Amino acid sequence: MTATETARRSRAGGQSSASALPTPPKRSVSRDSRIAAVLFVAPLVIYLLMFYAFPLYRNIELSLHDYTLRAFVQGNAEFVGFDNYLEVFRSSTFGTALANTALFTGLSLVFQYGLGLALAVFFRSSFRLSAVLRGLFLIPWLLPLIVSASAWSWMLNSDNGIVNAALVGLGLEPLNWLTSTGLALTSVIIANIWLGIPFNLVILYSGLQNIPKDYYEAASLDGASTWQQFWRITFPLLRPVSAITLLLGLVYTLKVVDIIWIMTSGGPGDTSTTFATWSYREAFGTGTPDFSPAATVGNLLILIALAFGLLYLRIQKSHEES
Amino acid sequence: MTETKTWWKTALGILFTALMLFPVYWIVNVSLTRTSDLRKSPPNILPLNPTFEGYSAAFSQQLPQLGTSLILGLATVALTLLIAAPAGYAMSLLALPGRNTLGFILLVAQMIPAVVMAMGFYAIYLRLDLLNTLPGLILANSTIAVPFAVLLFRAFMSGMPRELIQAARLDGAGVWRTFTLIVLPLSRNSILTVSLFAFLWAWSDFIFASTLNRSGDLIPITLGIYQYIGNNTTQWNAIMATAVIASIPAAVLLVIAQRYVAAGVTAGAVKD
Repeated sequence: MTATETARRSRAGGQSSASALPTPPKRSVSRDSRIAAVLFVAPLVIYLLMFYAFPLYRNIELSLHDYTLRAFVQGNAEFVGFDNYLEVFRSSTFGTALANTALFTGLSLVFQYGLGLALAVFFRSSFRLSAVLRGLFLIPWLLPLIVSASAWSWMLNSDNGIVNAALVGLGLEPLNWLTSTGLALTSVIIANIWLGIPFNLVILYSGLQNIPKDYYEAASLDGASTWQQFWRITFPLLRPVSAITLLLGLVYTLKVVDIIWIMTSGGPGDTSTTFATWSYREAFGTGTPDFSPAATVGNLLILIALAFGLLYLRIQKSHEES
Repeated sequence: MTETKTWWKTALGILFTALMLFPVYWIVNVSLTRTSDLRKSPPNILPLNPTFEGYSAAFSQQLPQLGTSLILGLATVALTLLIAAPAGYAMSLLALPGRNTLGFILLVAQMIPAVVMAMGFYAIYLRLDLLNTLPGLILANSTIAVPFAVLLFRAFMSGMPRELIQAARLDGAGVWRTFTLIVLPLSRNSILTVSLFAFLWAWSDFIFASTLNRSGDLIPITLGIYQYIGNNTTQWNAIMATAVIASIPAAVLLVIAQRYVAAGVTAGAVKD
């Protein structure tokens, strides 16, 4: 899941989770109504067990056994305990993937947030066409990821890409954006930042709408400059929204596979491999699927994502209560 | 003074938007470029000599994939609604035991990486013979949308006017009739929102398609584009033409549905 898709998901998810639970009716609830409730929710519960819990269980099982494709079909893989985990930790890819995941998520978040916030502040003051332009900013968010990723691939193409043509036009050397070890990660980060800006813009813009206008009026009466107003009013009051935006972005950026896979396949070598693409590569990226290490890396990824996810839920809860 | 100031902002805003949308423009531009001009250096900035050879190639080769994606999207919407709407009803308007726990589980479920889900599904589908089938892919795609959909329905339905529900009960409507006759019609907007997102996610899905449906007879358009890139790197105009076509539903759906989503529903319904 990539930043765009996740962003779509999280924006809408944010809306839904923001509203409070209904207060239960005062009168004692009849048994019939309870049974009805259970019946209505039964398809969901069965669905969650079959299509969430079971795949996750299978995943844990895969990581504790030594699955080859043959064992996969026959179902007689050998139990190896935490050997797969040890192997993953010792693997030469581990350090690279860890550093790349940190860089990819960290830099994506910083720039998506920074640019998103700058644009949100810019669009806050209404001017002619501001609503239309703000709407147009959402387009990258709506495109299927394969579309955006292949567009970036072609733009960054070494021989025929517009980016290199522009560099040459400026009298600079063309670069091997996607095929050199030093630049592949930078390239996918740039594409991912571009994908994440709309999400940050939307959330931060709606956060700005909730800051009372009088604060700014009072501040400018007191002679505060626009710069001071931003740092003394906007930024502090936006902090809860910022925290939620960044944490959601973090949880979803950790999972990104498609943009990286489509642009560089994690290469050259491991230079743009993150945990998510590593897991994908082991399981599906080569001719011979290696499910045990793939599931192991995937489970580590879940642990990291859940840790930040729970932090997000906590912050959101305290934000709602305040 | 203010007039010139806003004009300056408009100009800047247009510049920012143009920069942001450049990759989108580039997709369209390349899709209209002649095959012979694709390797030109520097590339044509404007499609002054537009050609539709990319589009005709796209249509002749990718039409089945577009059809597959359409079926996939619609089926995912149907499955998502079928599971999520009753669950949202139970969690908001009926006295469901453990509904807070369930809500929490759904929030957490949204954080699980798709690649992990894909492996689990692969392991299960291998046994059930569901690999490379549309039903298998529909099921997998629905997992992206179901938790979100339930939470959205729950949030929306819990804001529904209680008087309406109670009035229906007094008139002798059972839980089921209240659901189908009152709750569902009133939820039209959230149904549209859920359908919109479920469709878009299924339509744009790459991870599940590339793992669970790699060698199926029917592949969705995302995989069609991906294989296109792998197979003939000379025909980028056709790839980009397919990309443009694949982006149309997203654009159309959002433009059409934005109105419905924004409209307040219950406001009109409780007047009398």
